[in-house]
Amino acid sequence: MPTLAPVKKLDRTVHPKTSATKRLVPIQQSLSELTGPVFGHNAVKKIDADLTKNAAKKGKEAIGERMILTGRVTDEADRPIPGALIEIWQTNAAGLYGHKGDQHDAPVDPNFYGTGRCVTDADGQYRFVTIRPGAYPITRLGNRWRPAHIHYSINGGSFAQRLITQCYFPGDPLQADDFVFQAVTNKAARERLIVKYAPEHSIMGFAAGYSFDIVLRGRNATPMEK
Amino acid sequence: MPKQTASNTIGPFFHHILTPEGHGKKGIADNKLARKKTKGEHIRVEGRILDADGKPLRAAMLEIWQANAAGRYNSPVDDRDDIEIDKKFSGFGRVSSGGKGKYEFETIKPGSVPSTGNAPQAPHINLTLFAAATNVHLFTRLYFSDEEEANEIDPVLSSVSAARRDTLIARRKKTKKGIVYRFDVQVGGDDETVFFAV
Repeated sequence: MPTLAPVKKLDRTVHPKTSATKRLVPIQQSLSELTGPVFGHNAVKKIDADLTKNAAKKGKEAIGERMILTGRVTDEADRPIPGALIEIWQTNAAGLYGHKGDQHDAPVDPNFYGTGRCVTDADGQYRFVTIRPGAYPITRLGNRWRPAHIHYSINGGSFAQRLITQCYFPGDPLQADDFVFQAVTNKAARERLIVKYAPEHSIMGFAAGYSFDIVLRGRNATPMEK
Repeated sequence: MPKQTASNTIGPFFHHILTPEGHGKKGIADNKLARKKTKGEHIRVEGRILDADGKPLRAAMLEIWQANAAGRYNSPVDDRDDIEIDKKFSGFGRVSSGGKGKYEFETIKPGSVPSTGNAPQAPHINLTLFAAATNVHLFTRLYFSDEEEANEIDPVLSSVSAARRDTLIARRKKTKKGIVYRFDVQVGGDDETVFFAV
C-alpha cells in the first residue's frame, strides 16, 4: 500500500493567535488534509501577473512606483513547491482598493485594479510586476493608518498547507503600531514578512526588484499508511 | 531549516480577487462545484457564518475541498486508481458570506474516503474559514445528518466531545429546489463550531 507523509503542524511560535475560543481538536491527517486542488499553468494568463497592465486601457499603465516582486515558495526543508497558486491584492499608489466598495477618499487609478495571479514554476519561483501600494486609513479604530502592504493567498500542495498572509516594506514607521503586523508577536517571524531589496531582479531603467520568499508547512520525513 | 511564513489576516478586501463574482469577474473557483453532468447526488449547502454573539462574521470566506461521489479526491496525491476520477468535478470551491452572514454552495454529496490504516471515514466536506477578524484560518469539517451509522464510527467525529459533535453535522431537508443541507459556522460563543488542529 502506498504511503503518505503527513504535513507538519502549524508552527504556533510563528503564527498569530487563533480566533477560536475553544481548544482546537487535534486531527489525524488523512487524504482529506493531504490532497489539494491542482492549478495548472492554464489556470492563469501571463498578463495576470502584471498588475501595472492587467487592468489598464490599451496603451496605458498604472500610476506609481513600479516594482518587480518575486520570490520562492518552499517548505520547511527548503524544497520548492511547484504549481502553487499565488493570488495577491493591494491598494493603488494612493492607498485605495479596487474601484468601488472602498470608503477611503483617495484618487481612483482607472488603469489599476490591484489584483494579480500566478502559479509557481518547477523551482517554486513566482514573479509579479506591480506598483508600490500606499498606506491605508483604518478610521474604525480612530486616526490610524495601515502600513503599505500586499496581501498574499497561497494554495500549495495540500489543503493543510494553505496560507494567507501579507508582505510589508522596509523602513515603514507605520508598522510599529499596526495591529495586523503586530499580531505576529514573534519578532523574527514579523521581520520575515518584510520584502527585501533584490537588485539582481531589477530591470534597468524600468523597475527595482524586491523579493518575498514564502515557507509553507513541510512534510514529515516519516510516511504513514494511506 | 527555514521557518514557516507567518499568517496574517485576509482583511476585508479579498473579494476583488478570491470571490470576485460580485464585482463581475471570474475567480479561480466559485460556489458552484457541481456541473450538470457531475456524478452523484446534487445538493445545496446553506448556512451562516457567525461571530461569538451569533451576528454575521464580517468579511468571511469559506474554502471547500471534497472527494467526488465515488470517494476520490481530484489530486495526484490520491492515486487510488481503482476509484474513478470525475472529470466534471474539481472538488474545490470558494464562497464569501453576504450581508446577513449567509453563504451557499452547490455541490454533490461526497463518497466515503478511508482514513489512515484504511479505517472508514464518514462522508464529509473539508472547510477552511478565513475572515477579517481572524488572523489564522480555521479548519473544520461538514458531516451529513443522514449518515448516522457512518458518523457513529468516524474516527474524527469520535475524537470530538459528544456535546460539541452536533456543530459538525449539516441537517438534511428536502425542498422544492432539491436537497439542502443546513450548516452554520460560528467563531466564539457557547455554540462555537469545532475547529481542528490539522
